[in-house]
Amino acid sequence: MIRTQKPKLAVWKFSSCDGCQLSLLDCEDELLAVAGEIEIANFPEASRAVVKGPYDLSLVEGSITTPHDEERIHKVRRVSKYLVTIGACATAGGIQALRNFKDVKQFISIVYATPKYIETLNKSTPITDHVFVDFELRGCPINKHQLVEVISAFLHGRKPNTPAHSVCVECKQRGTVCVMVARGIPCLGPVTHAGCGAICPAYARGCYGCYGPKETPNTVSLSARWSQLGASEQDLVRKFRGFNAYAEAFRKESELHEK
Amino acid sequence: MKSKTIKVDYLARVEGEGALYVKINGDRVTDVKLKIFEPPRFFEALLRGRMYSEAPDITARICGICPVAYQMSAVHAMEQALSVVVDGQLRQLRRLLYCGEWIESHTLHIYMLHAPDFLGYPDAMHMAQDYPDIVKRGLHMKKAGNAIVAFLGGREIHPINVCVGGFYKVPSKQEFGQLAEQLKWGRDAALETVRWTAQLPFPGFEQNYEFVALRHPAEYPLNEGRLVSNRGLDIAVQAYDTHFVEEHVPYSNALHSVLKERGAYFVGPLARYNLNFDQLSPLAQEAARAAGLGERCRNPFQSILVRSVEVLYAFDEALRIIEGYERPDKPAVELHPRASVGYAITEAPRGILYHRYRLNDEGLILDAKIVPPTSQNQKTIENDLWQYVAQAIDLPVEQLTWQCEQAIRNYDPCISCATHFLKLHIERS
Repeated sequence: MIRTQKPKLAVWKFSSCDGCQLSLLDCEDELLAVAGEIEIANFPEASRAVVKGPYDLSLVEGSITTPHDEERIHKVRRVSKYLVTIGACATAGGIQALRNFKDVKQFISIVYATPKYIETLNKSTPITDHVFVDFELRGCPINKHQLVEVISAFLHGRKPNTPAHSVCVECKQRGTVCVMVARGIPCLGPVTHAGCGAICPAYARGCYGCYGPKETPNTVSLSARWSQLGASEQDLVRKFRGFNAYAEAFRKESELHEK
Repeated sequence: MKSKTIKVDYLARVEGEGALYVKINGDRVTDVKLKIFEPPRFFEALLRGRMYSEAPDITARICGICPVAYQMSAVHAMEQALSVVVDGQLRQLRRLLYCGEWIESHTLHIYMLHAPDFLGYPDAMHMAQDYPDIVKRGLHMKKAGNAIVAFLGGREIHPINVCVGGFYKVPSKQEFGQLAEQLKWGRDAALETVRWTAQLPFPGFEQNYEFVALRHPAEYPLNEGRLVSNRGLDIAVQAYDTHFVEEHVPYSNALHSVLKERGAYFVGPLARYNLNFDQLSPLAQEAARAAGLGERCRNPFQSILVRSVEVLYAFDEALRIIEGYERPDKPAVELHPRASVGYAITEAPRGILYHRYRLNDEGLILDAKIVPPTSQNQKTIENDLWQYVAQAIDLPVEQLTWQCEQAIRNYDPCISCATHFLKLHIERS
């Protein structure tokens, strides 16, 4: 086998839609350059060649939902110098974490005719609940430019530049007039982590929180404003229970509005 | 008798987690299992209690490769439930968006997932060392498809601009800017791609399939049509459940879908092509003929060529739509929730995608059923492997294993999609 001095990158999938790892293949302009700088050592979605670990950087997509995956993530951690989680499934449990709010045993026995074929945990949990995570990249899906920034930062031993402020700041940067102030459209932007580039308001719709909570979000105040705009308690529960439903700030806020 | 086992514990270059087991005893294949161990995510259960308007964004998350397909099937099913027809330029914009996804998804598969098999590389990055210009062309074409989705949808993966009734915002004609130029380049590149894939070495492997696809009287099918087959099926999409049934097998986390009367069937590019050749644009038809493809094609290994023809069509169709575009007065039609049931089938890149929703009078989802293309193709994939291994049984295990993988990749299986639907049925209390 040819030895190479390039840093080794591995991509691991847990419970997810594959969209975040697809972001790497969506870097059409950068992909071949990235592949020239690093060795893509384990990336089953793109390659049948597997280079043995340990790996310099592991990107982990998806949440933990099965007993098998609960063990597998420890193996991934052991062979990884740095472990970075990518996307809302890996950082917050994803949309499949909606099960966490139900009585799962009853839920499964009602819904599934042959539950014995299915191995699943009661909860869908983020990777950080299981192993030490060096960095979390938010988003459903992640922003591919941020992904390139994170890979580049880790390979050069510096901190990634991915601001934790709200989507509101990105609307200002983009020059989008506030949809909530100007048009009364309910928006989760004030409590949502930046990174997408404030896409939804630019398309005349409110943010739906797919990057999860920002640092120190004031969800209570935002809910009060939403109520003034006509949102019911049930609307609020649903809105905070989206793709980051199990992220602490959103989970707690949704529980406040649940009867 | 010498026995051997072909085992691929983690299938590569497919979307999601799957494995393959083939058992051979002497000169006979004795077992084939395509196992899917992608963890279940219970989407049909998660959707219960959500608003009808949330279905496009939630179901998009079933698949990061074909989110537009999920959004399209969801909006059409909801609109049928609410007795609304979205027509004119809004309908055209949806078609344009879908073209973007077909281009992006098909090109990914052609260049990065499937072509390396034909040329003997583990992946496109290695292939690029010997064929840099070809891989770069593929990446640029993929980028052009993504440019459509990002422009109309806001971003490439899980676009945000689609809603039941239309869009949140529709572009002016000027806003299209240079997109048409990029697509014209893409159309030329797609023509090159058809020529290039036509040269690939295809194993001889013709099968008698029942092809199932949408058929529309006036266009190559994307969002609408009747469901037809080459063996006489011709039904409205609402009748899907009476003709198709899903079987649960213990070794897989995904259901096998079969035609009640006849068993396995085939969905996807090859099915669409065989049933709708006459609806392809003249340019796509001509390119297919020049590439040596007839109006019928029954070799699944040639799906890469058929996919290339569909990419060419999608570029052509996208340009036609942009040329005739005029901004509609409203981005979406008005909707009024009511208790009802809605059905839709649209043509995802990998084949037909069925959605059914039952709503209450507030518009809350009472139950949902979703059948993705890959679970419909699973049985056919296994059948192919039975046949193909039998015909190539003397190859060394390593080579045979790779060819089995290639045979699976003929279907561009999206295991992430297929798995979320292992549920047999919802019991109503």
